[in-house]
Amino acid sequence: MSQRAKVITVVAVLLALAYIIPHSGPYVMLLATRALVFAILAMSVDLLLGFAGMASLGQAAYFSVGAYLTAILATKYQFGLGWDFWLVVVLAMLLGAATAAFFGLFAVRASGVYFLMITLALGQCVWGLAYRWNSLTNGDNGINVSTRPNFGFDLSNEQTFFFLVFAFFSVTLAALYVLVRSPFGRSLEGIRERELRMKILGYNTWLHKYIAFIIAGAIGGLSGVLWAFTNGLVSPDTVVLTTSVDALLMVVLGGAGTLVGGAIGSAIVFGLREYLSTLVPWWQYVLGGVYVLTILYLPMGLMGIPARLRQWRAPASGSSELAPAES
Amino acid sequence: MNAQFWLIQAFNGVSYGALLFLLGAGLSLIFGVMRIVNLAHGAYFLWGGYIALSVIWATGSWALSLPLAALAVAVLGLLMERLFLRPLGFDPLRQVLLTVGFAYLFQQGALDIWGGNNFEIDPPDVLEHSVTVGGVYFPLYRVFMIATALVIGIAIWLAMEKTRIGAAVRATVDDAQMARGVGIDTNRISMLIFALGAFLAALGGVIGGGFLGVYPGLDFEILPLAFAVVIIGGMGSLGGAAIGAMLVGLADNFGKALFPELSYFTLYAPMVLILAIRPTGLFGRE
Repeated sequence: MSQRAKVITVVAVLLALAYIIPHSGPYVMLLATRALVFAILAMSVDLLLGFAGMASLGQAAYFSVGAYLTAILATKYQFGLGWDFWLVVVLAMLLGAATAAFFGLFAVRASGVYFLMITLALGQCVWGLAYRWNSLTNGDNGINVSTRPNFGFDLSNEQTFFFLVFAFFSVTLAALYVLVRSPFGRSLEGIRERELRMKILGYNTWLHKYIAFIIAGAIGGLSGVLWAFTNGLVSPDTVVLTTSVDALLMVVLGGAGTLVGGAIGSAIVFGLREYLSTLVPWWQYVLGGVYVLTILYLPMGLMGIPARLRQWRAPASGSSELAPAES
Repeated sequence: MNAQFWLIQAFNGVSYGALLFLLGAGLSLIFGVMRIVNLAHGAYFLWGGYIALSVIWATGSWALSLPLAALAVAVLGLLMERLFLRPLGFDPLRQVLLTVGFAYLFQQGALDIWGGNNFEIDPPDVLEHSVTVGGVYFPLYRVFMIATALVIGIAIWLAMEKTRIGAAVRATVDDAQMARGVGIDTNRISMLIFALGAFLAALGGVIGGGFLGVYPGLDFEILPLAFAVVIIGGMGSLGGAAIGAMLVGLADNFGKALFPELSYFTLYAPMVLILAIRPTGLFGRE
């Protein structure tokens, strides 16, 4: 499929979803809203993993920084519940970016598994603060965000809120798409494949990765704002390691380096977790099994299935298409 | 805050560090040999505790539960390495991601088999007592934890330094390709080390069950601590894991006692600082 056809397909699918989901009942809409918020977080992971080759296990840090900022402003200062919601969005993205800029000083110079462990450790720092800094975060109980913003559009209406999250998702997707297709994004891919060669060619590879890390942090902050209002509760559970693991899992499941793969992964994880769990008690085996099989047999994730099929049909050629992301 | 306070906190920290050493040593060795971090390592710890509980319920013997649980989890780890990690070849990122999947599967499995209740593993009566030294009470169980970690640490160290297979492991950690070149079966080495790592983690789980308890979610709670141990000590180094475990154990205890609001921060922030100064940890090699 040409790039143009891919873009048209994605836009068509998005339009179809924007029509279908609101007509599928409140439960599906709630599920879709949650999945979309995590899809935004997953795309920030994908920017790092799929394009820069950096497997981050600490993305929950930026997510929770955004969520806690939103919750604290809303409950303590009644700020961000009207037009100033947009100000909160900007502030959360800035705070996410600032946190990432600070953490990145430690994390970005590491690569591969070291990067993974350092981001995990940094994520745990934030978790520790959220868990124990009672006066600010209310500790284990977390903070209830009971009211949603109302700025002409009343976001306590689930459908309005869904469309807002949907819009944020679409804009993030578009912005990231432009970013990864830009010379900057191309350089990131070059760094993923052969960092040394990029260095020799004169690229400041550290700076490229650092900037990508900051952008991912900002997007993480954005998803945190939306999560605070989606979930209605911001607690240490938001920051817990499994949130970072989930985001990474979604990207790998859907396909790293595809952007929409993270969204597909998010839809599958939420679909299986919330929907299947009402039907069968062993849903998590299905999730774990799907995930393990994906890693074993589909290095490119579910988005890699078409390429896999093409490869079967023409076994002699096309193997270069499947080159998995190097660590 | 007198000398007694410092003594007790230091003792508690060291005994907690002994537990973390059992967990971290395996994680560190596995990294050294295979260049992967095993995110299912916390699950081994948890499964060790649960299997020990089942053994105790069936036989009533705590002493029997230690080796049985550790061996059972070692077999689990062995199967995981043989059937799933090995077929991926040398591809650390995919292997790490795969261990995430297993962490989830183990978590669900434990929930299905043992339910969602919190359990305690009661140690035998002999270890329930305390000894008094200079007016300070030292619970015997914590002394036992320190002794176990010491014995195991020394045993592994001797095996690494004095035996042929230990030399082969060290060679593989240093340079797997060269090791293969001189005829060392690195494939078997990684199998052995993975099983050993799982064994140690499970042993830690059984012993830790005496004072941390055994409950759902423990796996993902203990995992970051194990990471802290190997990050501070340096990956692939046994001595590093020992030092790292002591530092983490002490930082955790003193942090909780002195700065309750920042206690986890005092644990992870020094780790980040060490990384900033020495990216490979205190004793790690590039």
